[in-house]
Amino acid sequence: MAQKEILKDRSMILQKEMIARHFERLEQAPANHEPVVYTFVPGNLTELIRSFGALPVLPEINALQSGMRKLSGDYIAEAERAGHSEDVCAYVKCDIGMVKSGNIGPSGTKLPKPDLLLLSYTGCYTFMKWFELLREEYDCPAVFFHVPYQGDGKLEPEHREYMIRQLREQVIPALEKATGRAYDEEKLRENLRLSALAEDDLVAVLQSGKLKPSPIDGYFGTVYYVGPIFSAFRGTEEGVEYYRALREEVYARAAAGLGPIVPDGSLDDQRYRLVVEGPPSWTHFRDFWKMFTDEKAVVVASTYTKVGGTYDFGFRHNPDDPLGTLADYCSGCYTNLNLPSRIEMISRYIREYEADGFVINSIKSCNSFSAGQLMILREVEKRTGVPGAFIESDLVDPRYFSQANIKNRLESYFQMIESRRQGSGTGATVASDPLTSAAVA
Amino acid sequence: MRSAVVEWARELYEDLDFSAVHRWLNDNPGSKAAGYLPVYVPREILHACGFLPVGIHGGGDRLEIIRGDAFYQSYICHLPRSIIELAQSGRLDMLSAVLFPSTCDVIRNLSGIWKLLYPDVYVRYIDVPQVSDPETATTFYEAELRHVMRDLGEVSGHVPDDAELFQSIAVYNEMRTVVRELYATRRERPWDLPTEELYLLLRACEVVPVDEFIVQARRYLAAVDSDRRRPRDNSRVVVAGAFCEQPPLGLIKSIERAGCYVVDDDFVLGTRFLTADVSLAGDPVHALADAFVQTELRTSVLYEGDSLRKRRVMKERAEAAGAEGVIFAAPSFCDPALLDQPMLRKGAEAAGLPCIAFKYSENTGQFQQFREQAGTFADSLKLWNAGAE
Repeated sequence: MAQKEILKDRSMILQKEMIARHFERLEQAPANHEPVVYTFVPGNLTELIRSFGALPVLPEINALQSGMRKLSGDYIAEAERAGHSEDVCAYVKCDIGMVKSGNIGPSGTKLPKPDLLLLSYTGCYTFMKWFELLREEYDCPAVFFHVPYQGDGKLEPEHREYMIRQLREQVIPALEKATGRAYDEEKLRENLRLSALAEDDLVAVLQSGKLKPSPIDGYFGTVYYVGPIFSAFRGTEEGVEYYRALREEVYARAAAGLGPIVPDGSLDDQRYRLVVEGPPSWTHFRDFWKMFTDEKAVVVASTYTKVGGTYDFGFRHNPDDPLGTLADYCSGCYTNLNLPSRIEMISRYIREYEADGFVINSIKSCNSFSAGQLMILREVEKRTGVPGAFIESDLVDPRYFSQANIKNRLESYFQMIESRRQGSGTGATVASDPLTSAAVA
Repeated sequence: MRSAVVEWARELYEDLDFSAVHRWLNDNPGSKAAGYLPVYVPREILHACGFLPVGIHGGGDRLEIIRGDAFYQSYICHLPRSIIELAQSGRLDMLSAVLFPSTCDVIRNLSGIWKLLYPDVYVRYIDVPQVSDPETATTFYEAELRHVMRDLGEVSGHVPDDAELFQSIAVYNEMRTVVRELYATRRERPWDLPTEELYLLLRACEVVPVDEFIVQARRYLAAVDSDRRRPRDNSRVVVAGAFCEQPPLGLIKSIERAGCYVVDDDFVLGTRFLTADVSLAGDPVHALADAFVQTELRTSVLYEGDSLRKRRVMKERAEAAGAEGVIFAAPSFCDPALLDQPMLRKGAEAAGLPCIAFKYSENTGQFQQFREQAGTFADSLKLWNAGAE
């Protein structure tokens, strides 16, 4: 039987080429004397790193790609054999396992050792220990950039000053030492200008989820869309070109009244509009996505696609205030927001994107996201009146993806939305008691 | 005398209704109580603002969780669900403020839950400086503490002046002194000062006025001196990793009864977070911030900027305590303890220190496996040392 052809957007092909080139360049970095800086997606300082001529490597991206390529299970087993607990972040273990297995990246090319570990400590405790662990593996310098948490729901002025001071007195000198190049503020400004251009186009794409039908999938599709801007390509001409092309592509689909490209083609007939909270399960990404598209459910907005920046609420990198804007950016990343702010964001998405419901994918090994999600479920239901579903899986640990269980839960959930719709026509409502919904989930 | 103090402490430890706090509030009309979560907050500020500082450590193995499980998935540590249980059952209603220090993402996110559940309670997440430059770190933390003190002063109705804050610092310096004496005595004569008793005293320190604790701890030390016991042929161990969610008392007893003298530990670590006294000169808030930044304590909740130091941590602790081995006892699903453990264990083993590891929850009820594991470990340490001689 002939295998069914998988449709791909032009932007996906473009991105694949960009990433392949980046990994090839990384492989050649030692030979070409290009410095390499490892950092994390939330609070990444890509413009600054690039201004020193260095190439960024993002361990979470490597881990999630290893998950998608079915490599993570073996890497995790390798790390657990070396003494890492089954209870902790699967990204960390996947990364450690990959390093111990020869450090061959997800694209099949060897990853270079870091010249510097730039630990941007933004919204995730695990980051701190992750880079302590990598420092053990690589025996290389590390610099810590502490981004205070928005405990009271806002960036406090003294926290902003603290970050700027660290950038000036710690991070920039560490980059100068690691790369052998002097800080060039004009270069940084130029990179930030390019970032803002790409961010404008990304936001236009994200907000197209408000249309009916939505021309994008705001979760499964959008994790691809945010790939370049969350990783190595913010502040680059390539990034600007990618987002311009993506916006044109999405606008063309919208103009034609088409939905997004999903695993089985174009999802034009959209029965359910959803908001999703939490990261996806990368090891079963396609199966997971299909559980939604089989029910004609499209995700119109998500929180995970904001871990690398909350641009859709107005933030843009500002070249006129190069260090201040980096502080603002880092502080605003999704996991650095407190629980009330997260609840407000999800509620706002539900209202503004006219969602029928929201799904929380709770990740076993990610406390930054998962601790408090049952509270989020209750509060969002209370504020919006739409029902929530609660499912559980893991980032890249295939042992914790229970396909039948998740599918059953989602099917029950869609039935609940359906009966709620029918009920609302007669004035009746389906109880949205939080515990009832949690039980359904 | 010894048993009287221990029973006083045990009663406080077992009392999940916080009767001592209620008594204090009744005896001090108009005063307020403020809670704090592990691992460390500067209690001097609460004290100076007129609050009774109350450590919130969950209900251990003495509390049935009913409401708390509706807030947390099974793969999140036990502590927050236990704390929510205490709160939702009204046992923490007497707290006018609750502080959530930067310990991990779970406690961090719990601060948000508290804001939503208890909008009339003052809630503050206290970030801690994680940077290597002491001046930057101190400036940041000092600003944090000033912010907290200003807010707490509004809640209590009393913003302390420098002299009052220095008075509180002096009292807590005394508390640190007596805790250091307790630890030194146990290190030197663990047969005279069992960890079970030390632990109960530390837990009592979390719910009574600090001066009351100091009096009782001094009585206890005097009693220990006059009640000498016979040393046993136990093995000396460091118990590492139990700095946030506390182990059930039965687990501590099991380790001791299995033939181990615990000569260093992380239990109720907030009492020992500052390794030196806080300066009584200059600006008191600056002094508190400086003491935090300058602490010699190495703990999993802070970034370790020195990779060599990281490798040496367990060796240094074992040497200082005269320990022969390390028991890594971490709460299940505890990111700080479990992520740190491979690095700490590697350093310990490189230094020739035998190690074992197990996980617990604060409500663990079966101790046989821990006792067997600790007993085998204690025996192996003896054999190891005999072989080395």
